[in-house]
Amino acid sequence: MALYSEKVMDHFRNPRNVGVIEDANAIGEVGNAKCGDIMKMYLKIEDDIVQDVKFETFGCGSAIASSSMATELIKGQPVSEVKKLTNKAVAEALDGLPDYKMHCSVLAEEAIKSALEDYQNRTGKKID
Amino acid sequence: MIYADNAATTRMSEAAINTMVSVMKETYGNPSSLYSIGQRAKEVLEQSREDIAGVINADVREIYFTSGGSEADNQAIRSAAEIGRKKGKLHIISSAFEHHAVLHTLEKLKKEGFEVTLLDVHSDGLIRPEEVRNAIREDTCLVTIMYANNEIGTIQPIREIGAICREKNVLFHTDAVQAVAHLPIDVKADNIDLLSASAHKFHGPKGVGFLYARKGILLSNIIEGGAQERGKRAGTENVPGIAAMAAALKEAAEKLPENAAYITRLRDRLIDGISKIPHCALNGDPVHRLPGNVSFCFEGIEGESLLLLLDDRGIQASSGSACTSGSLDPSHVLLAIGRVHDVAHGSLRLTIDESLTESDIDEIVKNVAEVVNYLRGFSPIWRDLVSGKKQFIL
Repeated sequence: MALYSEKVMDHFRNPRNVGVIEDANAIGEVGNAKCGDIMKMYLKIEDDIVQDVKFETFGCGSAIASSSMATELIKGQPVSEVKKLTNKAVAEALDGLPDYKMHCSVLAEEAIKSALEDYQNRTGKKID
Repeated sequence: MIYADNAATTRMSEAAINTMVSVMKETYGNPSSLYSIGQRAKEVLEQSREDIAGVINADVREIYFTSGGSEADNQAIRSAAEIGRKKGKLHIISSAFEHHAVLHTLEKLKKEGFEVTLLDVHSDGLIRPEEVRNAIREDTCLVTIMYANNEIGTIQPIREIGAICREKNVLFHTDAVQAVAHLPIDVKADNIDLLSASAHKFHGPKGVGFLYARKGILLSNIIEGGAQERGKRAGTENVPGIAAMAAALKEAAEKLPENAAYITRLRDRLIDGISKIPHCALNGDPVHRLPGNVSFCFEGIEGESLLLLLDDRGIQASSGSACTSGSLDPSHVLLAIGRVHDVAHGSLRLTIDESLTESDIDEIVKNVAEVVNYLRGFSPIWRDLVSGKKQFIL
């Protein structure tokens, strides 16, 4: 059996929403180079909807795939829904991750949560 | 496909495959049986032992067949430790970047009361013989230093270390898994008491290797049972595997000077090509290095994604990144030569053999450069480095 599912490999080979949003109003960065994974999420939130999202990731195949899938899951969604995104949902959408790679999906969840926190700090708006 | 992971394992040679198949078909007897097909298997076994002994200038009675390099390492170290224990000598010297077959055995011995000194391997990946001398104590029973490192390819000053051990009357073991058949080895001239080797690293089959133990060194059994291998390694001998190992080794030894010169040329071409990628560095000394080993760290990228994308392009390599091992820490070898975690995660090992050509090498260089560039393109670390927010290390 291959290390990764077809879906992981697809998102790794053709990552969606790669890059930077220059006028993002919600930015989250988690992980550290020491552990070998850093994820940075850029969100453009308007009318409480994630209008656009991009990411940059330093990390392994599953870290890149998790970032890519997470951006797909939240794009166009209301922030109240985005806030509920779990790492499990990211991993399931990827048809699963090897046990020792689950932390990659956790990083994706945390990167988005961190971006939402940044948004709340910038705008003073509370996301319910 | 360009297979560049020969330090992980090699493709079996035609000679090894043919020998193996022929022994399986024709000489399937048990070497311990008295009837003719058993005795023919015994002849194959002993001829293999003689051939292997000849390649490393050992006596035929000094070669013990094992299931591979790890078993040979375990048995060599356990045996030397037992000899030491009987004399009240409980100190062992090794290095920080040995294979885990050595390091984990030493960890176990520590729990049994042994004290272990791990020598520094310096930023060039080379052990200093004088530091071995200084580390030897009255109660030192063993020095175990690998012949050549599996990740960064550095070749240790084995002959000098061996001479010091002889002078100090301390047993000397070398894990030569990466060196046998790739470098000329003479256990007598190199002052080696115990040596481990593995067939699949030199175009032989997996699951077979050997331990050389100098005459007079009492081996302790790891596997108890029948009287095979002069009572030191029980279990019906893997005759097809052993015969194939001997065939592979004989062939490799005959072609060694020619192959080593050719592979070294390819290696240096590969090192030159990859060195042109900005912010990367060669791991380990450029000269005292296995003919086929190229190891680099790249700043701003992670090794596993590099490997997966190279595989997509038909190039097989390996990395010391944490993600390729399933642990959180990158390779202990890269950390031992002083690479910080950040760049150790971005490592790439290419280990080439004589089947590649110059155009394969150029193909590797081109693809590595493209993939590194692509991954840096969306790496937040690379962005911080380029913008000056973080300092480049390499």
